[in-house]
Amino acid sequence: MSQPSKRKGLSTTAIHAGEQRQKIADSITDPIVCASTFTFPNSQSVIDYIEQKQEREEYGRYGNPGEKVVEKKLASLENGEHAILYSSGMAAIVGLLMAKLNAGDEVVFFDECYHRSREFCSKHLSRFGVITRQVKACDYNAMEAAITPNTKMLVSESPTNPHMSIVDLERFAELGKKHNVDTLIDATLATPYNVRPLDFGVDYVLHSATKYLAGHNDLLAGVIIGNKEKLEPVRNLRGIMGAINSAHNINLLARGLKTFELRMQRHNENGQAIAEFLESHPSIEKVYYPGLDSHNYCELARDTMRGFGGVVTFLVKDADWRATADIVDSVNIPRIAPSMGGAESLIEQPLVMSYFECTPEERIRFGIPDNMIRMACGLENSEDLIADLKQALEKVTKKVSATSRQQ
Amino acid sequence: MKFRTRSIHVGNRRDPGTGAVVPPIHVASTYVQPGAGDWGEFDYSRSGNPTRKNLETTIASLENGIGGLAFASGMAATHCVTMLMEAGDNIVAGCDIYGGTYRLLHKIVNRNNVSVTLADSTNTATLEAAITDKTKLIWIESPGNPLMSITDIEACAEIARRRGILIGIDNTFATPVLTRPLDLGVDIVMHSATKYLGGHSDALGGVLVVKDKELFDRLYFVQNSTGAVMSPWDSFLTSRGIKTLELRVKAQSETALQLAQFLDQDSRVSRVLYPGLPGHPNHDRAAKQMVGGFGAMLSFEVNGDYHQAKKVAESTKIFQLAVSLGAVESLIEQPASMSHASYDAADRAAHGITDGLIRLSVGLEHVEDLQADLDQALTAN
Repeated sequence: MSQPSKRKGLSTTAIHAGEQRQKIADSITDPIVCASTFTFPNSQSVIDYIEQKQEREEYGRYGNPGEKVVEKKLASLENGEHAILYSSGMAAIVGLLMAKLNAGDEVVFFDECYHRSREFCSKHLSRFGVITRQVKACDYNAMEAAITPNTKMLVSESPTNPHMSIVDLERFAELGKKHNVDTLIDATLATPYNVRPLDFGVDYVLHSATKYLAGHNDLLAGVIIGNKEKLEPVRNLRGIMGAINSAHNINLLARGLKTFELRMQRHNENGQAIAEFLESHPSIEKVYYPGLDSHNYCELARDTMRGFGGVVTFLVKDADWRATADIVDSVNIPRIAPSMGGAESLIEQPLVMSYFECTPEERIRFGIPDNMIRMACGLENSEDLIADLKQALEKVTKKVSATSRQQ
Repeated sequence: MKFRTRSIHVGNRRDPGTGAVVPPIHVASTYVQPGAGDWGEFDYSRSGNPTRKNLETTIASLENGIGGLAFASGMAATHCVTMLMEAGDNIVAGCDIYGGTYRLLHKIVNRNNVSVTLADSTNTATLEAAITDKTKLIWIESPGNPLMSITDIEACAEIARRRGILIGIDNTFATPVLTRPLDLGVDIVMHSATKYLGGHSDALGGVLVVKDKELFDRLYFVQNSTGAVMSPWDSFLTSRGIKTLELRVKAQSETALQLAQFLDQDSRVSRVLYPGLPGHPNHDRAAKQMVGGFGAMLSFEVNGDYHQAKKVAESTKIFQLAVSLGAVESLIEQPASMSHASYDAADRAAHGITDGLIRLSVGLEHVEDLQADLDQALTAN
């Protein structure tokens, strides 16, 4: 990870980028500007603003001073030119796709993407005549074959959720360039601490900033980062559609970013430690974590990423969905909840949490077996998390073997 | 559970109503009661508030105490302790203490006919010699402010125990990450929660933690009667900050040590005061008492007078010129003109707070960025 000498350290950037050194009222931190609208001293000033002679705020839906600061921080962390904040990660992807795709256009997805993103395209964008194609994750030939003259966007996550597959970002970006198609990576699970997709030539990076960027399980936010000119229509559409974030949330997001580097170091360490513990445990069938030698994309991950985050997915050996649920119910530290990236560890069984309404055949197609658990490691001491998982696995294994003896 | 796990989970009760993973911020000033004269857990927010209670529970756990009390500021917390004194009592305090504490003791507490004696707490014999039969409280800081002196906490606590008097400590600089004074025999731990506990320069607060129920009840009586409580919003932000307390303090301490070593080698600097340097007079004591780091505060003297020190403090580009400390942003200040201006000039001189002294609060920025900044500021001089 060589950095050009002029680049400041990641924490220095997270703390100071985008902020005025001398702020209003000389305060050390930015004020929370809750104003819904911004006043003009006179009519000439309104005209100057409309003629773009003066940069300033107008109405809360178009922008907010605190939001501009965080957008600059996020752009800076991703080595990007421009960032646009939204009220959630979904609002961000919807905002981008709605601005960039027209009737008749096509979008190609790797199939291991967040199911709501794919649902938005296949069920809602289709109503406006946009065609969505899905190909197997990380199959670049299949993706290339799916590109037609109408294709406008290639989309993937990296790492994917919950399988933790890693996309070859250089290859993915080249595919887009070769066919003159924009590329989008949802890097929520990676974060700019571990990889910066724009450095590989990808056009847009998306984050659910709710997760690692904010980092405290206490706000929702989304962001798109990329080239300023390309993002101009996206920003304009956001001003019309209105999926903006609140000034209070943005303040908490800015605050969360200040410890971003420290938190990511710990999430990476905890993820690796928990993955290694699980892989060595006799009750575990398989662990999906890019930092393990056994992972399909281990080499690519090590070549391109600095660490692999806090999400660890695993399969419990010889367990049906009920026995798997018992393990989830037996842990004491992680809470049962969707989401990830906060200080508190979270745990869930994808079958129950996100795929409960799918048919067994659909779950097989999506690669979601009944005995799969996804753990999102927080910032706790890894010894405590390992001891907790250990007791949960032992308790359930004991129960299972007792039941089988009775039978 | 280990320290970091407790900092995230103790006092962070899952909300039974909604399942929310982060407890709601309770802004209510008052609470509906089950019956007339029949009291629920909370009755009025000065007496107790669920959001404040969560923070109090967390900090009590981190300091290994039985209970915590959160105040509107660190000074409100210290003031609460002094309210345990009665007319005629005496307080013996260390001399390397926060200027605001000095002012409280000498200009407010003395109005109630409570006398104050300052003594060098780094020398336990000197400290004990200052104690009279009127003395009811020993008040120390370690590391001291701004000279980074290290007081032997265990030895002072032993004196207090032997003399049958209370001992309190301002643990703001060390934080419970590095030092847990209750384990060393101290009765009352105080923090300006504005500093490392909150950690983001965006909340004001103070806390007290004790290990004795009877003492807790006496302090709570004062808090509830005088009313300087922490707001629910600041309690929430402080609790949120505590979740990264250990990460921040360890990283900031590491950077401070490297900066101290850099300054120590620099001919433009005449003296560096940092307990992590082997040349610090109390280095061995610090190494024993502080576990995992020497804190993120350091002071140094430039080769020069008041104006030259002032110029250095005004020339940095990352370090910002401000009092306060303990947050993610690095700060720089000149004690003689800023944090310790409330000392009398004679007391400043007597206690070694020279005009050339500069105090740094080392934040979370990259050490290379901070070092380059200090280097250019010293050159600007």
